[in-house]
Amino acid sequence: MLDIQNLKVSIEGKTILKNFNLKVNKGEVHAIMGPNGTGKSTLASVIAGREMFDVDEGSITYMGQDLFEMEPEIRAREGIFLGFQYPVEIPGVSMANFLRTAINERRKYHDLEPLSGAEFLKLMQQKQKMVDIHSKLTKRSVNEGFSGGEKKKNEIFQMAMLEPRLSILDETDSGLDIDALKVVANGVNNLRSPENSTIVITHYQRLLEYIIPDYVHVLFDGRIVKSGGKELAIQLEEKGYEWIRKEAGVEEAM
Amino acid sequence: MQHITQNITAEEQMFRLFQENLDTLKGQEPESISRLRQKAAENFHKNGFPHEKTENWRFTSLDPLFQSEYHHDFTNQSRPFDIEKIFTCDVYDLDTFSVTLLNGWFVYKNAPLTRLSNGTIIGGLSKAMEVYPDLVEKYMGQAANLEQPGLAALNTAFFQDGLFIYVPRDVELEKPIQLINIVDSENPLMIHPRHLVVQEKNSKLTLVHCDHSLTHNVSFSNSLSETFLDEHAILDFYKIQNKGPNSAVINNAFFRQKHQSKLTSHSLILNGGFTKNMITATLEDPQTSAVLNGLSLVDSNQHADNQLLVDHVAPNCQSEQLYKGILDDEATAVFSGKIMVRKDAQKTLAYQNNKNILLTDDARANAQPQLEIYADDVKCSHGATVGQLDPEAMFYLRSRGLSERTARQMLMYAFAGEVVQRISIEPLRERIDHMVEKRLKGELTICDQCVLHCNSKEPTVFNIDASKL
Ligand SMILES: Nc1ncnc2c1ncn2[C@@H]1O[C@H](COP(=O)(O)OP(=O)(O)OP(=O)(O)O)[C@@H](O)[C@H]1O
Ligand SMILES: [Mg+2]
Repeated sequence: MLDIQNLKVSIEGKTILKNFNLKVNKGEVHAIMGPNGTGKSTLASVIAGREMFDVDEGSITYMGQDLFEMEPEIRAREGIFLGFQYPVEIPGVSMANFLRTAINERRKYHDLEPLSGAEFLKLMQQKQKMVDIHSKLTKRSVNEGFSGGEKKKNEIFQMAMLEPRLSILDETDSGLDIDALKVVANGVNNLRSPENSTIVITHYQRLLEYIIPDYVHVLFDGRIVKSGGKELAIQLEEKGYEWIRKEAGVEEAM
Repeated sequence: MQHITQNITAEEQMFRLFQENLDTLKGQEPESISRLRQKAAENFHKNGFPHEKTENWRFTSLDPLFQSEYHHDFTNQSRPFDIEKIFTCDVYDLDTFSVTLLNGWFVYKNAPLTRLSNGTIIGGLSKAMEVYPDLVEKYMGQAANLEQPGLAALNTAFFQDGLFIYVPRDVELEKPIQLINIVDSENPLMIHPRHLVVQEKNSKLTLVHCDHSLTHNVSFSNSLSETFLDEHAILDFYKIQNKGPNSAVINNAFFRQKHQSKLTSHSLILNGGFTKNMITATLEDPQTSAVLNGLSLVDSNQHADNQLLVDHVAPNCQSEQLYKGILDDEATAVFSGKIMVRKDAQKTLAYQNNKNILLTDDARANAQPQLEIYADDVKCSHGATVGQLDPEAMFYLRSRGLSERTARQMLMYAFAGEVVQRISIEPLRERIDHMVEKRLKGELTICDQCVLHCNSKEPTVFNIDASKL
């Protein structure tokens, strides 16, 4: 599904990712962990199509296509979903209008008829129930005045509405209470199928108890320095990152 | 229509024109009003038109307007070709008491002045001067500032007709009064409509004022309104402008507010070659409030200028100014907002905010916030921003599958929405909301406001082009 090779990314001349390789097959769940500031969100942004980063080297292939040839909206319509670490508040744009437009632009792209108002409403109610998000929130402006946890839930709600093929969840578990955490995990697990893949970026092993990953990767200094199964996350939880730093021979100062 | 102006200074021309037509201009008006007129003409002759050195005229020049030779219609030569149609023109899904001015003259079907059973008087100013001279004399010229160089004096010298409204004590008008101000002339026409609105104690009025052109011909409308709000009076005032590219509209609105009266004004420029809206609100007594909202959506080489003065004379008053603009192409916008807090106006709360989005490098917005504060216990703030759409928000929307164009439109619409949401009459808000949406999609024509002429005249479509950012 996703094949990242030898990726080098910089911003304003500062290299953030380098020699980055990752392959995600259909049906897999990958977890990416790593200390603050090592480039996890940068990776997510580059996959979603954020233009402010410079891709200096390497390639990303998504469903056999060159990802860099695709505008962010095309990537979204082709099934890529980014759950933002910091969801953006957009005053004056209603959740409902925004989501309906998003769904219908995507349907149009796939030569499907737009959802009618009634159909859309039904879908929304169904997904609201699924992710246990208060219907009041979907009547408000996008993320405006939402609490930290509500914003994260709203990302999962959008994911549920858009039914992506490849979801990248950037610290969607941060700031969530234990019930909300289960909701997020449920959202992901409900979407889980042999056709869909997920990349979960997290600092906590806790989430991975609910979303069982096939692979865990440790990102350090802009590249993956260690990969393993779900037990790697447990090790990290217990021992921190220091031993990996040593093992990988990564300099303290980056 | 006659009196084509000649090649001397514009001031001199206008003054001569005044002298030649004085008897016609006076009509049946009371003596005191003729004196006011005479004085205004002399003031104008002395001070002239505003120019770039005049306060608040630095970024707005009248020069291009003088390239045309204007005709004047002092004897009401314009006959509405289809008066029925004008009167059946139902602009909003809103039950309004609708009146029309054609080329500055009040158009009537049955009577030039209507007196409702609750005592409210609505009609033409010219007729009101005949029938209620005392009432008109008491207020006329009492709000407008005729000393400064400018168009208020010119209007006072030349006005003949306009809208007159009198709302008696304790009367709350359910239906909004809608004024449709139409210019329709083959020749370049200069008009000076004059409106007088008097609200007695505890009265309530909604006034919707639409400036509208029927043709693409050149016109210069120099209108002035004086509004008097007595104690506890409430006025919800709307000015909606959707004019042709060759029209110049100047509005000078003066509000005088007594104890605990409340003014909310909404100024919406959706199209207009040259527009300058000036509002002066004087808060004369304690606990009065004035909220002035504005939205300008302009493109091509349209020019929109909003000049506000909120004059806090008395203590414990509140005012707010929220003006926003979206500018495309080479459009220009000016905002000069002044908050004056006089010595006695302690505990004043006064806020001002001007925000503009520029879609091209050639569009320009000038903001001149001015605070003049002589009291020490006040809360005042002002802010002005000129910028582009939030790139973070753009990316968020696109990452959900919205095209760049749709995302931009959505953000512009949201930007405008902050002003539109303040419209308190729901059908009107929906209608304006729809017009704004159409405007942003490039689907609004200058005929859109009214069903009058869209079938006979070629519509001009302006386009705020989202793809330019
Ligand atoms: N817009 C930017 N301008 C400059 N530097 C940036 C920008 N965005 C990210 N960086 C830098 O790139 C590096 C990687 O940031 P990134 O957000 O990808 O880290 P992260 O691994 O997601 O961290 P965290 O765990 O704290 O979320 C950091 O040093 C950060 O300061
Ligand atoms: Mg991050």
